[in-house]
Amino acid sequence: MMRRAALIGLAFGAGAVHLAAVGVLLAMHQRWIIVEALTLGQAALLLLAGGAGAMTRGPVMGALAGAAAGVPVVALLAAMSLVPLNSIFIALSHDLFNMLTLGVGLAAGVAILIGGGAIAGLVGVLLSNSSQMVRRAIFPGAISVVVAGVFQELIQLMLQQYEGPVGDFRDFIYTWEGLSLQGAIAIFVLAALLSEVFGFIWRMRAERTASHDHRRERMVRAGIALLILVLLPMLGGSYVGQVLMLVGLYILMGMGLNLEVGLAGLLDLGFVAFFAVGAYSTALLTAGSAHALMHLPYWAAMPVSVLLAVAVGVLFGLPVLGVRGDYLAVATMGLGEIVRVIVQSDFAAPLLGGAQGILEIPKPSIGNFVLGNPVSLFYLTLVASAVAAFVAWRLENSRLGRAWEALRDDEDVAQALGINLVRAKLLAYGLGAAFAGLAGSIFATMLTSVYPSSFQLLISINVLALIIVGGMGSLPGVVLGSIVLIGLPELLREFGEYRYLFYGAVLIVMMRLRPEGLWPSDVRQRELHAEDETLALDAGTDAVPAQPR
Amino acid sequence: MVGRNIARLNAVDVVLWGLRVGVVAVVVIGTVGTLIKGRYNAAQWFDFIMFGLTIGSIYAQIALGYTMVYGVLRLINFAHGDIVMTGAFAGYFVAMPLDRSGFLEDNPVLAMAAILLVAVIVSTSIAVLTERIAYRPFRRVVGLAPLICAIGVSFFLEQTFRGMFGSAVKSYPDPQWQRAAFHVFGFNVPRIDVLVIGLALIFMGLLYLIVQRTRMGTAMRAVAEDGEAAALMGIDVNKVVVFTFVLGGAMAGIAGVFYAFVYKQVYFLMGFTPGIKAFGAAVLGGIGNIPGAMLGGFFLGMVESVGPTLFLDGIGIPAPYQLRDLIAFTLLIMVLIFRPHGLLGEALAKKRA
Repeated sequence: MMRRAALIGLAFGAGAVHLAAVGVLLAMHQRWIIVEALTLGQAALLLLAGGAGAMTRGPVMGALAGAAAGVPVVALLAAMSLVPLNSIFIALSHDLFNMLTLGVGLAAGVAILIGGGAIAGLVGVLLSNSSQMVRRAIFPGAISVVVAGVFQELIQLMLQQYEGPVGDFRDFIYTWEGLSLQGAIAIFVLAALLSEVFGFIWRMRAERTASHDHRRERMVRAGIALLILVLLPMLGGSYVGQVLMLVGLYILMGMGLNLEVGLAGLLDLGFVAFFAVGAYSTALLTAGSAHALMHLPYWAAMPVSVLLAVAVGVLFGLPVLGVRGDYLAVATMGLGEIVRVIVQSDFAAPLLGGAQGILEIPKPSIGNFVLGNPVSLFYLTLVASAVAAFVAWRLENSRLGRAWEALRDDEDVAQALGINLVRAKLLAYGLGAAFAGLAGSIFATMLTSVYPSSFQLLISINVLALIIVGGMGSLPGVVLGSIVLIGLPELLREFGEYRYLFYGAVLIVMMRLRPEGLWPSDVRQRELHAEDETLALDAGTDAVPAQPR
Repeated sequence: MVGRNIARLNAVDVVLWGLRVGVVAVVVIGTVGTLIKGRYNAAQWFDFIMFGLTIGSIYAQIALGYTMVYGVLRLINFAHGDIVMTGAFAGYFVAMPLDRSGFLEDNPVLAMAAILLVAVIVSTSIAVLTERIAYRPFRRVVGLAPLICAIGVSFFLEQTFRGMFGSAVKSYPDPQWQRAAFHVFGFNVPRIDVLVIGLALIFMGLLYLIVQRTRMGTAMRAVAEDGEAAALMGIDVNKVVVFTFVLGGAMAGIAGVFYAFVYKQVYFLMGFTPGIKAFGAAVLGGIGNIPGAMLGGFFLGMVESVGPTLFLDGIGIPAPYQLRDLIAFTLLIMVLIFRPHGLLGEALAKKRA
C-alpha cells in the first residue's frame, strides 16, 4: 500500500522532471494564471502532485504520494546545483532552478517542494473521495479560473469595447497584467454557483422526464455551438478569426479522414497528399504567376480541385486495396511522402514551382466583395464545413456508411456478406479526399501561395490525432478535437514548439485511458459499453480494457 | 477457364499490373539509357556501391529491431527510428568532448568504443522504457490502438529530445582518420565506410549468435513462433519481450552513431526517414526473419544509392539524387503491395497467416 503510493508519486514526479527538462515548465511559468500569485507552471506542478494523491486511497497515502512526487524534482535540483547540467540540457537553466525553489535557495526550496507536494496530494485524495456536490463546485470553478487567467489577453481584448456594468466587472477581475486575486475568487465562486444551479436544474428535469428527447436536446446544443461559432470572430477580431479559420480547415480534413479511419477502418497516413492536391490544383487554376495553367475565378477552381482530389484519392487507394492494417498505414505514409518528394524536386519544378511554390493566388470574391480578411474566409470555411458535415452525416447513416462499418469490424465477414470491398474502399478514399481537397483549396487562397513545405506528414498526423481525441467515427468529436488540438495551441502561441510533444502524449494517454475519444459516437460507445458489462461479469480475472478496432 | 479469368481481370488488377509494368519499364529503360550514355565512370559507380553498402548496413541494423519486435509482439514499433536518434544524440554528447580534447583523433578505438557504449546504454534504456510504459498495456489489444500509441511514442521522443537539446542541427565531429581513404585497385575506399560496414557485420553476427545459441534467444524464437505455447512451456514472456527490446535498442543505438558519423549531423527528426526505410527493409526480408532483415537492409541501401543515377538519369530526369527517397519509398510500397511476406519470408509467413 505504502509502496504503491510512493511509486505513484515517483512516477508523477518523473513526469514533472520531464516537463522541466524539455523546457515546457519554464515556458508555462512565464504565464500568470493569477497575477503575482500563481503561474501556469506552478499550477502544473500542483496538478501533478494532486493527481498522484488522487490515485491513492486515504489521506495519509495521498500526502505520501504527493510528497513522493516532489522527490524526483528535488533530485533534479540537487543534480543541477552540483553539476552544470545546462551545458547539455539547454532547458535546465538558472531560471528553472529559481522557479522550482521559488527563489528562496535550495534547502528552503526542497522543504517547499516536498511539503507543497504533500499538501497537494492530500487535497487530491480528498477531492477524489469527495461527494458529487463538492466536485461539481470545485472543478468548474478551478477550470474557469485557469481559462480566465490563461486567456486573459484575449478576453480583455474582447471586453475592452464595453462600458457600464460589463466594463466594471472587467476592471474588477482583471488588472493590466492579468487576472487579479479578487477576480480569481469571484470567478471561482461564480462558476461553482452556476455549476451547482445548472446541475440541480438538470437533475430535476431528468427526474421529471424519464426519457427525455435526446435528439432535440442535441439539436439545440448543436445550434448553440453554431451560433457561438458564427458570433465569435465578430467579437474576437481578426486573430480569433484566423485561429477559427484554421480550426475550420482541420474540421474539414478531420471529417474526411473520419470517413476513412473512423468508419471504414483504413488508417491512412498519407492523407496530406489530398490536401496538397486540392491546394496545388487551386493554385494552378487561379494564380496570377507564370506557373498557372489557367486563370479561373476561385468558385470555378474549387469544384475542379475537389474533383481532382477525388481522382487522386481513388488512384491512391487502388494500389493499396489489398494491404491491411498496420501495413496500410505505412504504405499510405510512403505514398504521401512520395507526393511530397515529387512536388519538392527539380523534376516537377517546371510545373509545380519546386521549393519556391506558386504565388499570387487571388482571394475569392462575391460580386465586388473580396473575401480578403481572415474573418470572411472563416465564414467561407464555416459554410464549407457545414455542407461537408451534412454530407458526412448522411453518409454515416447510408447504406455505404453501414458497409464501411462492416468493413472496419471485419473485412472478411463484410465481403462474405456481399459488400463490394473494392467499391467501398475506393469510395472511402475518394470521398475522404474530397473533404481534404476542399480544405486544401481554401488553404491555398488563405495563404495566397502554396509551398511544398506546407504539406508535411505532420498534417496527416495532426488530423489523425484530432479524430482520435474527438472520438473515431464521431462528427461532434471531430469538431471538439480540432478545437482542442488546433485551436488551443494556436491561442497558446508561446507553447507552440511543445505542441507536438503534447500530441504525442495525448495519443498515448488517449489510447490507454479513453480509446473511444472525448465525444464518442453512439455506436462506438454502445460497443464499448457492452464489452464493459461482459468484463464486469468476470471481474477479478485479468481483464483487458476494451479497445476500438 | 480462360474466359472466366478474363472476366475476373477487373480494373484493379489492370492498375496493379500497370504499376508493376511501369516500374519495371522505368528501371529497364533507365538502366539501359544510363549505361548507353556512359556519363559515369567506374570510380563513380564504385562510390555509389560503397555508399550503398555503408548505408545499407545501417538500415540492416535498424531493420533488425523492427523485425524482432514484430516477430515477438506483432507490433510495428513506429518509434524505432527515434530510438536510433536517441543513440545518435547520446553518442554526440560523448563524441564532442572527446573530439575537443583530441582524444577522438589520437585514440580512435577507445573513443569509438566509449561513444558506442554510451549510445547503446541510452538507446537500450529508452527502448525498454517505451516498452514498459507505452507498449505493454496493449499486449493483447488488436486493431489500430497499438500502432496509434506507437505513433504517439515516436512524437513524444522526438519532441522530448528537441526540448532537451534544441531544434538546431548539430554537426558531428569529423576526425581526420575517418576522412582518409584506402586505395584498392585504383578505387578510393573511405575508411569510415569500412569501419561502419565492418562493425555492423560484427555486431549483426553477434546478434545472430545470441538469438540462435543462447537460452534467451531460443526463448525469443519460441515466443515469436507461438506466444501462448511458449508461455505454457514456462517461458517468461515479459522477460523475452524486454530482451527483444534490449537487442533492438542496442542495434538502433549503434546504427544511430554510424548514421550520424556518415552524415555528420544529428537533429531530433533524423530518425524518422531511416526508420521508415528500415521498416521497408524488414518487410522486404520477410518481417520476423532476422537474416532477411539484414539482407533487406543491404538491398535497400544499394537500391537507394545506385538507383537514382542508374534508373532515373537514363530517362532524362534532372537532379536524380533528389529523388533518392522516392526510390526508397516506391520500393517500400511495392513490397507492401506485392510481396507483403517479403522476398525470403515465404515459409515463415505462411505458417503464421
